[in-house]
Amino acid sequence: MWTWFHRLASPPFFFRLAERWAPWLGVAALVLLAWGWIGGLVFAPPDYQQKDAFRIIYVHVPAAAVSLSLYTLMALAGAVAVIWRMKLAECVLVATAPVGASMTVVALVTGMLWGKPMWGTYWVWDARLTSELVLLFLYLGVIGLYRAFDDPRAGARACALLAIVGVVNVPIVKYSVEWWNSLHQGSTIMKLGKPSIALEMAIPLYAAVAGTLLFCGYAILRRVQNELLWRERGTQWVRELRVGEPGR
Amino acid sequence: MSGYAPYVWGSFGFTAMVLAWNWWAPRSRRRRILEAELDE
Repeated sequence: MWTWFHRLASPPFFFRLAERWAPWLGVAALVLLAWGWIGGLVFAPPDYQQKDAFRIIYVHVPAAAVSLSLYTLMALAGAVAVIWRMKLAECVLVATAPVGASMTVVALVTGMLWGKPMWGTYWVWDARLTSELVLLFLYLGVIGLYRAFDDPRAGARACALLAIVGVVNVPIVKYSVEWWNSLHQGSTIMKLGKPSIALEMAIPLYAAVAGTLLFCGYAILRRVQNELLWRERGTQWVRELRVGEPGR
Repeated sequence: MSGYAPYVWGSFGFTAMVLAWNWWAPRSRRRRILEAELDE
């Protein structure tokens, strides 16, 4: 078991493992996203109050849920990078930031597009919206901080500290609708126990959440591979890979 | 879409664009890294 973990931390081993599994992850993500999006757009009945505007949840909720999950992943990778100084954890940390930031942007933009017809405005300085915006700034902070360093290892360690400190914002985003009076609706789908949503609406939503999560897993794996290639450039295994790359 | 089509399609279209960028950006960077490796 521990031997396998040690092998996993080896850049060439992880690169080849990701090379084998990423396409399958991508295909599974596309199938689930197609199921979720088509189910949500075509087969789910309109909401009795929000009518067809509710269909925005099939992109908004997965993006918001994934934006929080990815930040948690980034902080965990940061903790591993700080404690065990593992290069692979540093790569996961810096690879997760742009994917997480993009999902946060999707959550904010689709939320605004939902807010306009439902609330009459694109934006309010509500606890949920503001804390999600802070999440975006934290992601952008990690991206900017990493780019500010010439030494990638020192940059990744600085980012790890920012990611670990910033993780305090994750429960604030999650529970903001319960802790403060909020215009944003409370949890209906992701709450523990029985979700307050009809099954024919919920099933495509779960598929869309799973599809978005797998797609982000695919994107992170590809970015981790790039980070490993960049850091290990000039080594024997990267040169061998260059020769074996199609079209070369 | 009971009058909400621009909001619904706008949301799905924007999300699709972001997902496409997440697919394309790592592929493009990988190509650039390997090309730089080839030039060295």
